[in-house]
Amino acid sequence: MSRLRTLLEEGTFVVTGEIAPPRGTDLSAMRASVELMRPACHALNVTDNQGASLHLSSLAASRVVLDMGVEPIFQQTCRDRNRLALQSDLLAAWTLGLENLLVVTGDDPRGGDHPQAKGVFDLDSTQLLEVASFANAGTDMLGRPLKGGTSFYLGAAMFPEAEPWDIQRARIEEKMAAGARFFQTQAVFDIDKLARATDVVHELGGKVIAGILLLRSLKAIDFINQRLAGLMVPETISDRIRGAADPGEEAVLLGIEQARAARDVADGIHIMPLGLDGQVARIVSEAGIVVEAAGLERNDL
Amino acid sequence: MIITRPRDWARIEVRLDALGARRVFVMGCGQCATVAGTGGEAEVLEAKAVLERSGREVTGWSVGEVACHAGGQRLETREHASELAAADAVLVLACGAGVQTMADAVEDTPVLPGLESVFLGNVVRHGVFEERCQMCGDCVLDRTAGICPVTTCPKGLLNGPCGGMWNGMCEVLEDRECTHVRIRRRLAQQGRTGESVPLPPKDYSKKLKPGKVDLRAASHGKGGTS
Ligand code: SF4
Ligand code: SF4
Repeated sequence: MSRLRTLLEEGTFVVTGEIAPPRGTDLSAMRASVELMRPACHALNVTDNQGASLHLSSLAASRVVLDMGVEPIFQQTCRDRNRLALQSDLLAAWTLGLENLLVVTGDDPRGGDHPQAKGVFDLDSTQLLEVASFANAGTDMLGRPLKGGTSFYLGAAMFPEAEPWDIQRARIEEKMAAGARFFQTQAVFDIDKLARATDVVHELGGKVIAGILLLRSLKAIDFINQRLAGLMVPETISDRIRGAADPGEEAVLLGIEQARAARDVADGIHIMPLGLDGQVARIVSEAGIVVEAAGLERNDL
Repeated sequence: MIITRPRDWARIEVRLDALGARRVFVMGCGQCATVAGTGGEAEVLEAKAVLERSGREVTGWSVGEVACHAGGQRLETREHASELAAADAVLVLACGAGVQTMADAVEDTPVLPGLESVFLGNVVRHGVFEERCQMCGDCVLDRTAGICPVTTCPKGLLNGPCGGMWNGMCEVLEDRECTHVRIRRRLAQQGRTGESVPLPPKDYSKKLKPGKVDLRAASHGKGGTS
């Protein structure tokens, strides 16, 4: 069974990190990131053609992470595959030993490195969660039995700071009804907004892992404000980074503060290091979070 | 109506050159392409002038009533039979349906598209067209307060908003309100909050490709679509 699930359900405050598979077949940089983050993370998200740009598949890269003894969170977007391919990748993921699944919509191809590509979106994220729930129940999306089903721990993305809130709230409820058991949030800057979201999720029996984005430079902030719509860095934060003598260090200090604040509200943190992979362990320990037995020690590997 | 826009003229020239076409007949369309300002009389005459400037001879031109109407197009070609016979190629300023109707009517002569066919458009006001329907064959407007997510959400998501929505605005088309914010607001306005979500995946087997409707067959039951 997914260790992430076990930990969250027994009330352990979890830490997840994020790695991007390579744009090519050379896995060395990805492996190095895994090594840097593994002492501080219970599981690592493996992104799926992040930013609508070509990368090695999350399916294969997640297995590499697992083989390194770290529990992966396999990410699946709705952008690149139709319902047949999505289901067949779900089955593949399960047979490869991937037990955590994070379902996201995916960025529009027009913002990626193949803007000519057809965005598939045959299913949306809510529908894909439902499809994965079907697989967990041992059937395809039309209810016909599979020869062996799955038992994924299902996660979804959540956007606690995006207004209008009543719509975000409805989205949380819909995704949970579709099978989501945990949420990983977009970067959180306002802890009160995180709290209102976790209240909703907790009431429905789910878990929230709060997103922490390490904004190591103004360039990174600009990139986020321009390219990742839906994630606007507040002025107070960008001013802090701008005013700092060492912006990278300031980003880490900010990350530590955010991690501390999240401890009182959420069930874990999800650190998106944006290149500061080497600082993840420090953030976790200075936030006073103890990660026991990070990585995996499983007999079934 | 069908919205068209002018095709990159260089592509037309390249193709005409490849065909060695010195003499060209130009056909427009009296319906959509006229309203869209792409294939009416004015545009046909403009194309004629451009062709002549590049040293080609225009053997004749016409703007029939409806370019995509097979019977009408046959009559049109009969009327202009000798001009068409003298042409090495026919340039059609109409949507792709009109181009094919013409191609069927003059099978022995190469027919070229003079326009790009872009969408089924609502006329928002004179000269302003917007795509509101992609004719998916499995309409959800009854569940989405009359706003089509298939067409007006750039990702075509049936359930949303996606994670890119910010302050009610769309992630992809940043100057537009998110379709799903609009849908939910109008549902709430109608007292239908929380109704019928999530929508199930679309049934693409209903998007007939190629589509065909035969009203004579329809009168015998079965709906007439195949
Ligand atoms: S749901 Fe389909 S038929 Fe209905 S408006 Fe949208 S594209 Fe057109
Ligand atoms: S922001 Fe709204 S309209 Fe834009 S792509 Fe996302 S769901 Fe669709």
